[in-house]
Amino acid sequence: MNYSIAFRTIVTKEIFRFIRIWPQTLLPPAITTALYFLIFGKLIGDRIGTISGASYMDYIVPGIILMSVISHSYANVVSSFYSTKFQRNIEELLVAPIPNWVILGGYVSGGIIRGLLVGIVVTLISLLFTDITVNNIAIALSIAVLTATVFSLAGFINAILAESFDDISIIPNFVLTPLSYLGGVFYSVNMLPSIWQNISMGNPILYMINAFRYGLIGVTDVDIQMTFIITGGFIITLTLFSLYLLHKGIGIKN
Amino acid sequence: MNALSLRNLRKIYNNGFEALKGIDLDVEAGDFFALLGPNGAGKSTAIGIISSLVNESSGSVSIFGHDLRRERAKAKSCIGLVPQEVNFNQFDTVKSILLNQAGYYGLSRKLALQRTEYCLKQMDLWDKRDTVSRRLSGGMKRRVMIARALVHAPKLLILDEPTAGVDIEIRRSMWQMMQEVNQQGTTIILTTHYLEEAESLCRNIAIINHGKIVENSDMASLLARLHVEHFVLDLARPIAAAPVLEGCQIERVTDKTLSVAVPKEHSLNKLFSQLTAQNIEVTSLKNKTNRLEQLFMDLIDSNPIGSKATGNK
Repeated sequence: MNYSIAFRTIVTKEIFRFIRIWPQTLLPPAITTALYFLIFGKLIGDRIGTISGASYMDYIVPGIILMSVISHSYANVVSSFYSTKFQRNIEELLVAPIPNWVILGGYVSGGIIRGLLVGIVVTLISLLFTDITVNNIAIALSIAVLTATVFSLAGFINAILAESFDDISIIPNFVLTPLSYLGGVFYSVNMLPSIWQNISMGNPILYMINAFRYGLIGVTDVDIQMTFIITGGFIITLTLFSLYLLHKGIGIKN
Repeated sequence: MNALSLRNLRKIYNNGFEALKGIDLDVEAGDFFALLGPNGAGKSTAIGIISSLVNESSGSVSIFGHDLRRERAKAKSCIGLVPQEVNFNQFDTVKSILLNQAGYYGLSRKLALQRTEYCLKQMDLWDKRDTVSRRLSGGMKRRVMIARALVHAPKLLILDEPTAGVDIEIRRSMWQMMQEVNQQGTTIILTTHYLEEAESLCRNIAIINHGKIVENSDMASLLARLHVEHFVLDLARPIAAAPVLEGCQIERVTDKTLSVAVPKEHSLNKLFSQLTAQNIEVTSLKNKTNRLEQLFMDLIDSNPIGSKATGNK
């Protein structure tokens, strides 16, 4: 049995899906982030000055790019897989001789690709406002891919466990968005009182944003190695949990 | 070789409901097999387990000799499923639905395109290949699901009430398609509420009730068990009262219609001779009820909850 064809089929289907609805998937982040760059980066940022030697515009660009990667990789998988469940197309996959890891890999790859594509769109928008000299392309790219993987996996689990469309909006609205904004997108964690600095260190998104910022502009509040350990740990844990849910058929089988 | 073998298959849902109470069933390769039962009898659960949509509680499923637990991929490759309800992505075109399905089964792009064209032409849907599926009529959607199930050339096709809710014209054309598919060597398992459909298409039959197989036989033997057949006779001339015929029960429905219960040993020739002798001219004759329907009701009525299952195959 050639599983690579099944894998490619799922990934291709996912890519066509989000490209077909590009006004919902690719256009909004371009407009939203352009407004961020204009209002926070340009109008307000010019009055703020520098953080860790970087202009405020340069400082917020990596965080906004990664925030877009996070939200769109998550949104792609959670909405696509939940719709598949809701419309019962999931039965096509369950009846077919596809191992669970191929189903998981296909959907997560779709999420990673959309997350990175949105990241590229936001990066291009940012170039209209500032010039960025990349500090370490390998770290920037690897953190972007790993972060997209973590949140694609999380979106997959959310979709499996969701029983209504409300359930797929709770995590993005009440967990991801607050953690992203509190993850140092617009400020350095060193600017916080020490107690809030310590609390912030419990936020995994803080590590991802800072490591990505290091890759792009060479500025970080965290240890880069720790970021790889955290994201790697999340990927392993979430993958195993996803495969367990698929194996048991929780949320997808009667 | 058996296309399907179920051994002591049980399913107990989380709420404690025992949908299948240890059923055994064999379906021979090449057969056109009917799996019948009233709503909630357990047939959808059985099909769900066979097609991996429902996890069994215990027991085994073997498809063309491949155990569904141990050789999952090989067993699943043999099956094509046409579910009760439309379950394809209604935003996809007809062609992409089949191409995706072919991809899930590992068919190369070239072969997938060939099989897609073949199956869509077989189901008379080739002209609709680029149509977004939600724009299709109900009958066409049913045919898309059959074409999708056939795209990887399965050896066992499971049709779960494929003609539910479609008009008689489409139903007849789908019967013809199913017979063609069966004649090409594909084993078919059909569940349906139209017993006329099962009677005219299927060679063997199992009836499931309250999670047990209550009948498992070939169609001819089952129908041969009918002791009495009921006919409706249309008469050329009106009659005032029902005639008395030896050996038959007869009832006057209208002045030009009679309902006759004819025992199996009583030939129709004799019946017509008796009617002719009484100067009653018959213009047409039809079965009052579907024969299988009558047997089905007898079996279901004689197997209430808690009764012991039988099987004579």
